Amino acid sequence: MSQAILLLKDGTAFYGKPCGMRGEVAGEVVFNTGMMGYQEILTDPSYAGQLVTLTYPMIGNYGVSYLDNESRGVFCSGLIIREMHSTFGGHWKSQEELSDFLQKNKVVGIQGIDTRRLVRHIREHGSMPGIISHSDTDVKSLLARLESFPSMEERDLVSEVSTPAIYEYEETIDRDYVDFPVLEEKDKVPGIAVYDYGTKYCILQYLRTIARKVVVFPARTPLREVMKYHPSGVFLSNGPGDPSSIPYARQTVEQLLRDYPELPLFGICLGHQLLGLALGGKTYKLTFGHHGINQPIRNETTGKVEITSENHNYAVDFDSICHKAEKTHVNLNDGTLEGIRVKNRPVFSIQFHPEASTGPNDSNYLFFDFHSMIKGV
Amino acid sequence: MPKRKDIKKILVIGSGPIIIGQACEFDYSGTQGCKALKEEGYEVVLVNSNPATIMTDPEFGDKTYIEPLTVDIVAAIIEKEKPDALLPTLGGQTSLNLTMDLDKKGILKKYGVRLIGANVEAIEKAEDRFAFKNAMDNIGLEMPRGGFAYNEKEAEELMEYVGFPAIIRPSYTLGGTGGNIAYNKEEFLLYARWGLENSPINEVLIEESIIGWKEFELEVMRDHSDNVVIVCSIENFDPMGVHTGDSITVAPALTLSNKEYQRLRSAAIKIIREIGVDTGGSNIQFAVNPANGRFVVIEMNPRVSRSSALASKATGFPIAKIAAKLAVGYSLDELKNDITQKTPACFEPTLDYCVVKIPRFTFEKFRGVPDVLSTQMKSVGEVMAIGRNFKEALQKGLRSTERGYDGWQTLISPDIEKARLVEKLRIPHSTRLFYLKAAFLKGFSLESIHKITGIDPWFLGNLNELVKMESALQERVRNQAVNIDSFPAEEFRMFKQSGFSDLQLADIFGIPESSLRQKRIDKGVLPVFKAVDTCAAEFEAFTPYFYSTYEEETEYIPSNKKKIVILGSGPNRIGQGIEFDYCCVHASMALREMGFETVMVNSNPETVSTDYDVSDNLFFEPITLEDVMNIIEEVSPEGVIVQFGGQTPLKLVNALQERGVPIMGTPPESIDTAEDREKFGTLIKKLGISQPPHGTGYSFEDVKSIASEIGYPVLVRPSYVLGGRSMEIVYDEESLKQYMKNTVLESPDHPVLIDKFLEDAIEIDVDAVSDGQTTVIGGVMQHIEEAGVHSGDSACSIPTISIEKPVLETMKKWTAMLAQHLSVQGLMNIQYALKEGNLYVLEVNPRASRTIPFVSKSIGVPMAKVASRIMAGKTLKEVGFTSTPHISYHCVKEVVLPFVKFPGCDTILGPEMRSTGEVMGVDKSFALAFAKSQMAANVSLPLEGTVFISVNDKDKESIDDIARAFARENFEILATWGTYKYLKRKNIPVKRVYKVNEGRPNVVDAMKNGDIQIVINTPLGKASQFDERAIRTTAVAYSLPCITTIPAARAAVEGISQMNEKPFVIKPLQEYHFYE
Repeated sequence: MSQAILLLKDGTAFYGKPCGMRGEVAGEVVFNTGMMGYQEILTDPSYAGQLVTLTYPMIGNYGVSYLDNESRGVFCSGLIIREMHSTFGGHWKSQEELSDFLQKNKVVGIQGIDTRRLVRHIREHGSMPGIISHSDTDVKSLLARLESFPSMEERDLVSEVSTPAIYEYEETIDRDYVDFPVLEEKDKVPGIAVYDYGTKYCILQYLRTIARKVVVFPARTPLREVMKYHPSGVFLSNGPGDPSSIPYARQTVEQLLRDYPELPLFGICLGHQLLGLALGGKTYKLTFGHHGINQPIRNETTGKVEITSENHNYAVDFDSICHKAEKTHVNLNDGTLEGIRVKNRPVFSIQFHPEASTGPNDSNYLFFDFHSMIKGV
Repeated sequence: MPKRKDIKKILVIGSGPIIIGQACEFDYSGTQGCKALKEEGYEVVLVNSNPATIMTDPEFGDKTYIEPLTVDIVAAIIEKEKPDALLPTLGGQTSLNLTMDLDKKGILKKYGVRLIGANVEAIEKAEDRFAFKNAMDNIGLEMPRGGFAYNEKEAEELMEYVGFPAIIRPSYTLGGTGGNIAYNKEEFLLYARWGLENSPINEVLIEESIIGWKEFELEVMRDHSDNVVIVCSIENFDPMGVHTGDSITVAPALTLSNKEYQRLRSAAIKIIREIGVDTGGSNIQFAVNPANGRFVVIEMNPRVSRSSALASKATGFPIAKIAAKLAVGYSLDELKNDITQKTPACFEPTLDYCVVKIPRFTFEKFRGVPDVLSTQMKSVGEVMAIGRNFKEALQKGLRSTERGYDGWQTLISPDIEKARLVEKLRIPHSTRLFYLKAAFLKGFSLESIHKITGIDPWFLGNLNELVKMESALQERVRNQAVNIDSFPAEEFRMFKQSGFSDLQLADIFGIPESSLRQKRIDKGVLPVFKAVDTCAAEFEAFTPYFYSTYEEETEYIPSNKKKIVILGSGPNRIGQGIEFDYCCVHASMALREMGFETVMVNSNPETVSTDYDVSDNLFFEPITLEDVMNIIEEVSPEGVIVQFGGQTPLKLVNALQERGVPIMGTPPESIDTAEDREKFGTLIKKLGISQPPHGTGYSFEDVKSIASEIGYPVLVRPSYVLGGRSMEIVYDEESLKQYMKNTVLESPDHPVLIDKFLEDAIEIDVDAVSDGQTTVIGGVMQHIEEAGVHSGDSACSIPTISIEKPVLETMKKWTAMLAQHLSVQGLMNIQYALKEGNLYVLEVNPRASRTIPFVSKSIGVPMAKVASRIMAGKTLKEVGFTSTPHISYHCVKEVVLPFVKFPGCDTILGPEMRSTGEVMGVDKSFALAFAKSQMAANVSLPLEGTVFISVNDKDKESIDDIARAFARENFEILATWGTYKYLKRKNIPVKRVYKVNEGRPNVVDAMKNGDIQIVINTPLGKASQFDERAIRTTAVAYSLPCITTIPAARAAVEGISQMNEKPFVIKPLQEYHFYE
């Protein structure tokens, strides 16, 4: 009865049933430990190139609501779950069942496998490439295909997910769901330029809540193009993959730091890693990354712990930049670097996701910090 | 911040007796708290009136006071111990209320006792509904429309504003006592009046009904540094309108989107900050409108709660332990997560399974009380089950309830009349789940069931899938399209993954359970054991806490140590409560000390036994043959202990033995001999021991002839019952006929036991331990109430009060003889009756009894631990327990009855057990110990005032002395006509009062006006039933001592007299006796 297989590069096989679109897909197998928020995860461009395992075993319960999409589409390569569920017509906001959403967005998935076994395997052996197939369950031929699959380090996933054209973003955050200071238009900063390496809408919404104008630029946009808009601050977005695989982005950030030392700059996730590289630092790959919504982070300024949403496989080595930046946030689970502020400059970056979505809103003050930084207060 | 050095000694207040709404979850939290404080080097002073708790074991505190939880007593303890701090948040509402009283009376200030864990302002803000509402306004959170009323007029005004249905809740009560839903004006006024009377501050909250909204709870923790985490979210299966304690609940929340959940999470954090709970856990309840997602705040408990115990078990995050550590100054990031040992406690657990909690009800015990669930909690216990999906967890949960469910079976035929079915779906009640199945089978659409019940379509959809799966298979089996041999393994696995038990499937295939199990094993459909690890496997887990499911990988790794499996006692219910859990915990402790690896199996989330550090391995599983065998096959233990968990494991003994499972201690044959009337009768005869005349019948004719042969009155009951279910004393043939008709299913499988009822006999309980050679009695307990009152409902005393030495000697001899002939290895309980100098054996139970904790606390010897060592092969001599300890003080156990939660139920004690919990009074004399026990049971004996006496003719002679004694203590005596005449004749000063139907003001008016302080009322027979019921009901409502037996009346007046003479002795257990 098994009609689908997930095969890991080390030869470990999981047999289950297809879900989503029929087909075959390869990618880096990662897991996310959030108990809800599957739609936000699926539409988060940072998951490009990855097969995402959701550790919560029942998925789809509240359906899909288009308002909750985090980007223009689904970018993760595939979905791995224990059990697909329907809403049974239950959720007031649901516009579509998750299974239909997957079909429509051409996501290949597998269900019915022991996801906990998979997670324990990745925990032990690290995240690795895998392949989901609905058509071929022959381990040998699948392994051969995986062999030729390019590694994360070799792929420029950012170019695949970044916006093809410059656009202005208009939505602000939905205060029905999120607490955030209310700013009159006049109190907002004039404009923020966003380098889109795979940004989530939610980040843009926060930025639009603190700025009168938010303009989103493709990842490869030359800095001089961006500067034509006279931004009062620049934002480096989150995005997929290895930061060292996109040297053009690092060069842009280096240029920013060199030519516009007074311009406020804020980076999240990949944006944070790019800043680290631009400062001359190093990044490295974590065994299986941080993907979840319960990561405890200590804010080194206040001493308080924030529960945060995270999604990254690479981290910045603080020692490599300690002469240029201060450590502002640290992960309490493994002590990895989670945030920096560049000494004597209006520049800071955060490894985790203060915009959450999915996850807790403990750290959304960071957007307000950016606002204050631009305002110079 | 590291731990506080400015405090050294901490007072912890427990929650007292088990009552509905406040059960052993507070022993779990209190025990964890005390352990945590001791671990940090603090001196712990503990006060709790409940002897059946682990927390009151002397090793968990430095000073352990088993004393009544009253302001005066606790003040005396504070004066004596001078603690630096008081931690009030571990002992439920009892502890919180007591703390507030201590503060109001200035006692905390006087002795410089600081509150830790919560401050007075925060408690007030959270508990006072008015203050809470203001606080919510301040942070912009909505609550249901409503307001407070302090009198009937204000209540009526609010009624207009709020509309129907309306919720009426009295402030400052426990477990939602008095919360009601009114659908019309008449009901509204009735409930408002009731609420005003029952609120200690005469305040009721009247609110717009949000019945039908979805209900959620969040467990929140905060530390001194203002770090806040959400430990767990819980969603109610039953929508708003059913008390969360009575609702099936699931964890985590299953039908909220990320945005909706994060909104509740942010609100919860704002609330705990606004209320100002400095450190520790709180429980916050929300309602969400399913139509548009609008949410309102319902309430907050600024302390650990039933839900926090559930959340701890559901996630593996030990809330009470962490709360205690936060209270002494640590911050969350300074504490380690026990389970991962690497990551900090400052995080939010993530689950990769589904938890279902199912309440356990006992409406059958409270005749006259309708089985309807509302905002007043009525369940007496609960089970929790873990599965990889809702279906599996629900079905496992149902078989854990021990109501004979094999899962979500077809209990209600779909042939049920439609109108009746709709009614049964509309009004929440204890078995609604089974009517839901009938509705699906009858072809009701999911949508229509949702409309009738308000239950979220997601849950209904899952239920519907179960029905479809089952029906389709049944159909195929019927059409012979499949049989067990051709049933594909993969499909078999799917059914198991949906939680179907072997029994359910065996039923579908029409084969015995054992064959089905074998086929399943042959097909390789085997369970695996997955860990509960707080982190969805992200980190390595070190705490071995497991559940079974049907997946690919098992995480249980057996060590090479010798293992012993202890089967727990399942959900709390009347007749089987915390006492058995206490014994299981002791077994684990004793056996671990001996070097065994202990494996605990239980399904009750409220208990200490299901704390993951009580045993080496915890399996949170239903205690059924299937689930237990799965564990035994996985673990391969040296032995299995069945004698501590009450009936739950005993029911499995024969089946386990047949399957070659090594049963430790007393052989199962002996248990059988003791429970089988005939075999037992033969043994008794052989030993020359007396037993009341008795017989066994299978039909009314049988029973009638036996009854007339042995003579009325007779005690009748169905065989194999626990807690005296359906037991009755029958005085004539007519009543016997009624009984047989109403109670007993006449069938060869359901024999009826008939015993001569020994009227006015004294009952005596004996708890002993035997190693097969030697038998040592731990305690001989004389019951205060005479025979006829269930032993579980009777007060009793150690040592005995009026038993002559030769009788005690006979008892000792008989006990030893019985132990030897039954080859008892471990515990044994015998009930004796003494009538006119003759001793009779009523019952022998070769296993742990309800009184083991009480006896252990009284004599200072942990009987269950002793018994465990015996079962593991030691002799009594080797463990150093060779003679009954002589004690120079008195211990009285009194019970606590739940009548206040069941308005309309008669409160007279009888052979059917109805108490939920117990307290213990210790003092230098019996009378003072009795007085303390009454005080602890919340019916304090008055020192002055008026006694109302109304007794039957039989008791009149005995009342003389008692009335005179009251008069000596300057009590005024009120009596109704008969008793009045009698006392007058005896020259005892007495005033007459009307019976209820004689005019007004009558006795009930006098009680309500506070003109009567104590009631002595022995039943006068049918003619006075109405009167007596009114009196007893009023006494319950006003917490007046209401004594219904002569011996208890005698004890009461002695107690009053001694209390007037000398003060109580207030002394910790550690000074009464020394443990090994």
